[in-house]
Amino acid sequence: MVLIYSNDKKLNMEMLSKGRELADELGKKVTVAVIGKSDTDPEEYIKQGADKVFVADTDLESFKVEEYTEILAGIIEKTGVETILISSDKDGKELAPRLASMMDTGCVTECTDVYIEDGNVTAERIIYSGNAVAVERFIKKPHILTVPAKLFDPLEVDDSRSGEIINEKVAYDESPSKILKVQQMECEGVNVEDATSIVSCGRGFKNKEDIKLAEELAKLLPGETIGCSRPLSADLKWMTEDHWIGLSGHKVKPKIYIAIGISGQIQHIAGMRDSDIIVAINKDPEALIFKSADYGVVGDLYEVLPKLVDTIKAKIS
Amino acid sequence: MNIIVCAKEVVDVSEIKIDKNTNKPVLQGIDKKISDIDKNAVEEAVRIREKLGGKVTVVSVGPSEAREYIKELLAMGADEAKIIPYPDTGDYNVVSTLLAAAINNLEGYDIILCGEASIDLFSGQMGPRLAQKLGVPQITYAKKIDAEDEKLTADRDLGDKKITTESTYPVLLSVTKEINEPRLPSLMEILGAANKPIEVVDHSSLVGEEDPVIEIIDVKGVSMERKNIIFDDDLDEAVKKLVDNLAKDGALG
Ligand SMILES: Cc1cc2nc3c(=O)[nH]c(=O)nc-3n(C[C@H](O)[C@H](O)[C@H](O)COP(=O)(O)OP(=O)(O)OC[C@H]3O[C@@H](n4cnc5c(N)ncnc54)[C@H](O)[C@@H]3O)c2cc1C
Ligand SMILES: Nc1ncnc2c1ncn2[C@@H]1O[C@H](COP(=O)(O)O)[C@@H](O)[C@H]1O
Repeated sequence: MVLIYSNDKKLNMEMLSKGRELADELGKKVTVAVIGKSDTDPEEYIKQGADKVFVADTDLESFKVEEYTEILAGIIEKTGVETILISSDKDGKELAPRLASMMDTGCVTECTDVYIEDGNVTAERIIYSGNAVAVERFIKKPHILTVPAKLFDPLEVDDSRSGEIINEKVAYDESPSKILKVQQMECEGVNVEDATSIVSCGRGFKNKEDIKLAEELAKLLPGETIGCSRPLSADLKWMTEDHWIGLSGHKVKPKIYIAIGISGQIQHIAGMRDSDIIVAINKDPEALIFKSADYGVVGDLYEVLPKLVDTIKAKIS
Repeated sequence: MNIIVCAKEVVDVSEIKIDKNTNKPVLQGIDKKISDIDKNAVEEAVRIREKLGGKVTVVSVGPSEAREYIKELLAMGADEAKIIPYPDTGDYNVVSTLLAAAINNLEGYDIILCGEASIDLFSGQMGPRLAQKLGVPQITYAKKIDAEDEKLTADRDLGDKKITTESTYPVLLSVTKEINEPRLPSLMEILGAANKPIEVVDHSSLVGEEDPVIEIIDVKGVSMERKNIIFDDDLDEAVKKLVDNLAKDGALG
């Protein structure tokens, strides 16, 4: 049996489609685990591929890793599942290894692909900051994998599907840690993964206001999408997390990626190396980014950007 | 306060090249170093000790030559180190079992610090696995830690939300790169670190033979070919050439 868990409905639907495929190939069933408060009607999961929905009845307000690990382990025990797909968001990425440790088993995080080979569950993941892909096979059950967003397309809603919904209390111990405060960070809802062009900003920008130079350029390209390096989002907070590109951020593959004032450290490249065309603008002729670029302009971004905007305007008019 | 930092020797991933014939990453001859964010963990440990007193112990599973790099962490202010030589550090179940056993052999611990992820494998597994093995709570992606005598609070940066968590001791935290700026030790500190104890612990003295739970069946190199056309002449000219090329490539919409 395959188990799907995320506290995000959208991710559940995406994993459900892969879970369905794996289960069909192995002749098994698919269960979705729901823990804590959820606005989703369990029937929706059944209509999008689940055979069963296990709703663990708890009083927990929100995700809490130690408690959720125990609850999920309880569900795994009750349902006898062998393959567990967990979303590769921040919650899932700290839940999956703790669960794997509890069950003394293997875990592959941030899979780029999951398939059955010679009857075994096999997963691929990026290692060495994007320089290689490791193909990993589970020796022991259960298999625990984390799946990033948008890797798999959800199945169509099929109203004729039917399944079983179980509501049960699962025991857990209270952890000595407690959440004092949760602050939702505003998010601009940018979808860099699906962008056809990205203008990406790095530490070469001196002030937050200067980002508008990049916006001017983005306006001339399809989608008007702005990306950034880790420091602009994680450190300086100039841009929300949905703009962040790289190994620890979003992985993108636009037709054109313009890196401005970005040095080109391998952890940034890991997020944009699949772009069709990479353009770099950097004042340092030795900057690493030029090694990963198709076209580069050596110059001060404050001079280059206005010229670039004017020249493109003239070209396309 | 007894503070443990888990640190790992890694290959410098920025130097890796792909062998065109075998399509495998070439790891021989590549510089080694301490995984970047583990230095942030050491820095944070030293700051907590400076505030509350106690001891900072570095624990590492890896090749015995890791000693060279572990010395840097002692120069940064850690008090002692344990290295558990182990041939293959790829299986998280085995390595976390070794780390847990080594930590349980110490005189006790209040805080265990890990990096949010290692730069070679980048999986963020070890912290949560170790916390579970030790039966302690975990606070991952800590961007700020405020430790007091009886408890600590930490701000976790999860991108779309910020969570403040409190815990009594013992507790395990994984820290982000943004939590601090790791110090560069002075020459005196580097010389002084030579006298700090590094103990090499035989893995068979910690746990019996552990069966792997995952098998890496292949590692495929991913190479990237780019045109590398750089315009470094007069700026007007450079920009014009760039735009001409982009238009030719059909990249302007
Ligand atoms: C485990 C780990 C994960 C990481 N994950 C990510 C990730 O997901 N994404 C990411 O981006 N980084 C990530 N990093 C950080 C990464 O290693 C780099 O530190 C980061 O990408 C640097 O950002 P930057 O290029 O904007 O800044 P810098 O490295 O400071 O580069 C600024 C560049 O701007 C240029 N510049 C300055 N002024 C001008 C000007 N006026 N005009 C033109 N050019 C100018 C400089 O020459 C320089 O090249 C990670 C690091 C680690 C250790
Ligand atoms: N072999 C190891 N020895 C000591 N600590 C480790 C080891 N591997 C990982 N860690 C710790 O776990 C963190 C996360 O690593 P990873 O799970 O590989 O992403 C690292 O930053 C270290 O703090």
